[in-house]
Amino acid sequence: MKSVISTLRELWRDPMGKIGIIGVVLLIVVAIFAPQLAPYPYDEIGMRFQPPSAEHLFGTDKFGRDVLSRVIYGARVSLEVGIIAVGIGAVCGYLLGLVAGYFERWVDRVIMCFMDILFAFPSILLAIFISAVLGKGIGPTMVAIGIVNIPVFCRTVRAAVISAKGLEYVQNAKSVGVKTWPLLVRHISPNVVAPFTVQATLALSGAILTEATLSFLGMGIQPPDPSWGSMLSEGRADMIRDPWVALFPLLFIVVTILVFNILGDALRDVLDPKLKT
Amino acid sequence: MEHLLELRNVSIDLPKGRRKPPVKLVEGVDLDIRKKQNFGVVGESGCGKSITCSAIMGLLSYPLTVGQGSSIRFQKEDGSEVEITSLHKSELRKLRGKDISMIFQEPMTALDPMYTIEEQINETLRFHTGLNKAQMHEAALEMLKKVKIPRPEQILADYPHHLSGGMLQRVMIAIALINNPRLLIADEPTTALDVTIQAQILDLMNELRESYDTSVIMITHDLGVIAETCEEVAVFYAGQVVERASVDAIFHETAHPYTTGLLRSVTSLGGARRELYTIRGTVPTAGNFGAGCRFADRCDHCMAICKEKPPALTQVAPGHLCRCWLHAGGAEQAEKEAAV
Amino acid sequence: MRNYIIRRLLQLIPVLFGISVAIFAVLRFIPGGFASGMLGIDATPELIAQVNARYGLDQPVVTQYLNWIGGVLHGDFGISFRSGAEILPEILTRFQVTAELAILAAVISWCIALPLGILAAVKRNRMADRVVRVVALLGVSVPGFALSILVILVLSLFFGYYPPLDYVGLLEDPAKNLEIMFLPALILGCSMSGSVMRMTRSSVLEVLRQDFIKTVRAKGASERVAIFKHALRNALIPIVTLVGLQIGSLLGGAVVVEQIFSLPGLGLMTLTGINNRDYPVVQGCVLFIAFVYVLVNLVVDLLYAYIDPRISYD
Repeated sequence: MKSVISTLRELWRDPMGKIGIIGVVLLIVVAIFAPQLAPYPYDEIGMRFQPPSAEHLFGTDKFGRDVLSRVIYGARVSLEVGIIAVGIGAVCGYLLGLVAGYFERWVDRVIMCFMDILFAFPSILLAIFISAVLGKGIGPTMVAIGIVNIPVFCRTVRAAVISAKGLEYVQNAKSVGVKTWPLLVRHISPNVVAPFTVQATLALSGAILTEATLSFLGMGIQPPDPSWGSMLSEGRADMIRDPWVALFPLLFIVVTILVFNILGDALRDVLDPKLKT
Repeated sequence: MEHLLELRNVSIDLPKGRRKPPVKLVEGVDLDIRKKQNFGVVGESGCGKSITCSAIMGLLSYPLTVGQGSSIRFQKEDGSEVEITSLHKSELRKLRGKDISMIFQEPMTALDPMYTIEEQINETLRFHTGLNKAQMHEAALEMLKKVKIPRPEQILADYPHHLSGGMLQRVMIAIALINNPRLLIADEPTTALDVTIQAQILDLMNELRESYDTSVIMITHDLGVIAETCEEVAVFYAGQVVERASVDAIFHETAHPYTTGLLRSVTSLGGARRELYTIRGTVPTAGNFGAGCRFADRCDHCMAICKEKPPALTQVAPGHLCRCWLHAGGAEQAEKEAAV
Repeated sequence: MRNYIIRRLLQLIPVLFGISVAIFAVLRFIPGGFASGMLGIDATPELIAQVNARYGLDQPVVTQYLNWIGGVLHGDFGISFRSGAEILPEILTRFQVTAELAILAAVISWCIALPLGILAAVKRNRMADRVVRVVALLGVSVPGFALSILVILVLSLFFGYYPPLDYVGLLEDPAKNLEIMFLPALILGCSMSGSVMRMTRSSVLEVLRQDFIKTVRAKGASERVAIFKHALRNALIPIVTLVGLQIGSLLGGAVVVEQIFSLPGLGLMTLTGINNRDYPVVQGCVLFIAFVYVLVNLVVDLLYAYIDPRISYD
């Protein structure tokens, strides 16, 4: 397995990887230093519908809030929701996959049946459905998107567990009565890291998209919390007259997803050269 | 042109980017194939024998290219000659499958799994003849009988996955010969098959060759196959021809130490029990050849000059060429040097 | 083949049963039940009890479920709490809209993705390939709703064109219907085409590397025959699988585009149902979507056998 540093170095050598890393780091910086970077608080009210100017680079929205500031804070919300949702999906998926792969038989069948049901729904519909049950706001949205993400991770781990169980030394350990649990965990974890990292990067862009969509539909983040999705849906009504209100959050959604996809693709090429074509 | 096919100074390049010079996978190959001749090409895997033959078909796979200064001339049925390396794509297509055809190593993967045997035979006819459907069916059936396939009617309707490797290789032979080509290139046609099937396929090829007046280039790493099927042989080593002679001369008046090594490493049923010979060391990879003879590091007869200067392909007897300092005056030169 | 289809259809029963139980159970957990949602701030415990009794929500959950599923088995999906309308006919009408949208979008995405994906594979690592890969990356990354809004914005700002707001059925006025459907279908098709392009490129590349392509070329085939007759046919299975998944997920997943273009589709019906706590509507929609989804999967599996002679279901 490659070390983190050598992976990053290889990524950096690839032009696409470089774009991905720079983009993601920039986004993270914007998210972390949002209070310092944003010229105004995200909920400060002023003159309505001002076009972009030196004072308000991205203009103001229908309540007179600074669009740039809201977009910057929106990056924070998007990343927060994305990272925690993918974290929930990855951890639950890892555990469920481990259990399913280890026990096989009916435990496996039950778990995978659930995964299939989750997988059988269009992910956006599933997210809508779950967030209807859990309620609106940042926390429930994270959990809803996290649940949507479980099956992919679960399958990855389960496949790794099942193939690791067939390995000779695991079989040998079993035959001399060593507990195979710790062995499997220790063996599987490094094998899973590469596909997991790639999967997580791509899932992150998916999660950010799902959050934006949910918020756009009014199911996710609620005002006054700034979310690109809800800003877009608020700005849509006045889009023709004052396009900046919708345009800037839209631009940021697209660029963010693009950047994570670029990073994910480059990461896959580095970590899993077999798939490179 | 007296020969059916003439290769002159053929090299094959693996491009290494715009700035670096290409790696030469094959270099300076001269071969002549006469009409109705059975020509053997022997060598280890990776020695360049297969890609040389792909180049004859104009079928080098990306990113390989034929090097500058190479010439591959082929005589067509009407007596006119063509230069394959500079032939237009559409002209080349007319040649392939009609004048020159090819059989591959892996019959199991050499046919498209999505189409019936009949369709895959018909395709070859369709590209080169104006036969209608019924005539093509007739021709395909006839051809399958010639390659001794039982129940040909039924086989025509089958898909490749229904047939065994030996059967598929017969189908491949049928496809290759159906347009009555002047040259057939067989790239290790028996390697992937069971031993008993191997013999059957070789017998079949020998038999068909007589009735079809086709020249055959048999590519193989198996000297047994060469002994059984060929008249003349070229031995490839590390992208070069190291020895070229009649089959008799190769087996009985072996000149090149590499060929000797190859012969000694063949298992024989008749011979006394002895340990199997292996040539020591490994083949140098393309791009890492030294200044001298490419076999020098593995050779039991290596002299000082072998490491310094590459030997040329020189005649050791009429019709017998060898690329070795032992036969190119290198020994005398070495003695002279020692005397000084 | 026939037996296989029957067996597959029988296997659907437990899956659909499981889904129906799951939806039913989950819906009862939604905070703020139907009654309090409908009554709003006027809700008093007595009023809520009254409403619950009227819609049978005071009965034990198991009884409610049995009543509902019994009806479903007879083709009766119940009536909407909100509008009092029969649910199944409503679902079927809206399904026509969604199905038309999904099929149009899929066709558009093939028309874009297949040629470009093949081009990229054939011209690997050259200019055309790089361009296609960037286009595909954009296609994968630009979400449908973002593209919709962008397109509407550009059309209205620069061309003075506004997409029609009133939906007209295909059978009522085909020309008008197609005018309405074209833009959303184009947008969905574009966002679907990114991943189809990638899949086409990689699987055609994979096939082009295989031995039999060399045989085909050695027979004297033109590149056109080698690529379209042999490489594409062999590359089709993963592409068809992906397209099947995509069409399936459009059934409910087109909800955003349906909302933006005010198309009365299934996704929007489900969303409205959820927002209104209209249990029977949500249950019916989700069950129906799941049913069609598994049917689409079955059709895809049957297509495999049609494409690839090695696969047979006898």
